[in-house]
Amino acid sequence: MWQFLHKLASPRYFYDITGKWIPWLGGLTVITLLAGLYYGLIKAPPDYQQGESYRIMFIHVPAAWMSMFIYVLMAFWSGINLIWNIKLADVMTVSSATLGASFTFLALMTGSLWGKPMWGAWWVWDARLTSELILLFLYLGYIALVAAIEDRRTAARAGGVLILVGVVNIPIIHYSVEWWNTLHQGPTVTKLDKPSIHLSMLIPLLIMAVSFKLYYLTVVLMRARAEVLDRERRSAWVRELFGAKESR
Amino acid sequence: MFQAFKALMKRDLLLAFRHRGELANPLLFFFMIVTLFPLGVSPEVTLLRKIAPGVIWIAALLAALFSLENLFRSDFEDGALEQMLLSPQPLSLLVLAKVLAHWLVSGLPMLLLAPLLGLLLAMPEPAIAALELTLAIGTPLLSLIGAIGVALTVGLRRGGVLLTLLIMPLYIPVLIFATNAVTAAAAGMPIAGQIYFLASLLVLALTLAPLAIAAALRISVS
Repeated sequence: MWQFLHKLASPRYFYDITGKWIPWLGGLTVITLLAGLYYGLIKAPPDYQQGESYRIMFIHVPAAWMSMFIYVLMAFWSGINLIWNIKLADVMTVSSATLGASFTFLALMTGSLWGKPMWGAWWVWDARLTSELILLFLYLGYIALVAAIEDRRTAARAGGVLILVGVVNIPIIHYSVEWWNTLHQGPTVTKLDKPSIHLSMLIPLLIMAVSFKLYYLTVVLMRARAEVLDRERRSAWVRELFGAKESR
Repeated sequence: MFQAFKALMKRDLLLAFRHRGELANPLLFFFMIVTLFPLGVSPEVTLLRKIAPGVIWIAALLAALFSLENLFRSDFEDGALEQMLLSPQPLSLLVLAKVLAHWLVSGLPMLLLAPLLGLLLAMPEPAIAALELTLAIGTPLLSLIGAIGVALTVGLRRGGVLLTLLIMPLYIPVLIFATNAVTAAAAGMPIAGQIYFLASLLVLALTLAPLAIAAALRISVS
């Protein structure tokens, strides 16, 4: 296991092996996505209170999960990069940032579309919505910082510190926002009406969550491969790889 | 170790007093932003009283950010920062000295100006006292958190707006607890909970932020 991880940390090996994984991951993404959408949009019964419009949940909830999951993952990789100085870890962090920001945006947007028929407003200053918005700001700050520093390595390391500071702060921000909201106004906004969700809705939700994870993996590996090539463009193996292809 | 701390603080304070003109700038900024609100929103006393905690705190937050921007700038440009990185003293301690010196010349004057602004915005007396207390705990917190962002952007030519983007989200908990305490005090409610929370945030920042600042400086300068 360790040996494999160690091998994976070498850019060349990473490039080769992930090239083989991507078609499989992509295929699985499409299959789970279709299955999840079929069960979610067609098979699952309408909600007894929310009718059909609850179905946006099958996009909204997995996107919100991904938005948080990716941030934690980025913090994990930044930690690895700062401690063991593994180049690939920061390649993964940098490649994840835009994806994380898009999932956050998607969660906010679908939430707002869902909120309009349910709560009668596009946006309410609810604790969860506000935390998600702040998470989007954190992602955008990270992207702006990495874009502003010219040297790739320095940018990735500086971004890593920011991500780690952010991950310490996220729980604090989340709970302070929750506290702020509960003090200002009572729970005027009802969340999912039932605390426990029915199985016929839970299964498509979980399928969609798996599908989103697979999508993330596929795309992040594609981005990371491009990033690896770009960083290693002067090394012998990249030249060999593309020199060979061109001459063929 | 403590001597290095003291020496650096003394040097920074001396440097600040040699440029006395610059010292007043963040204060003026703080004052002017607050002045804009009655002009822009409404001079009506009940409304002002209601928005005063938020207005003063947001102004303090912005003033802190803008004054922080140059925390490491001149040291970075004349090479003193590299000497600090090379020195045998722990960098996090030196950084703490710089942040503390900076707070003494920028945060503390804000603390002295705040009651006047409170009066201008028609805040009741207990609220002004609470405002002072929250600023006393909160402004060092702003300096410590902000210094992380400054350290990350010190090598960049135009770090100003970027710094704001990086740091603003991290300031949100401070803003929430501080303004909440002031609003509660104005309504005659106890504020111990909010103050304790701010104080614990300060302790957390005092212990962790210097490490993050030092790590960020090492990355930025290398």
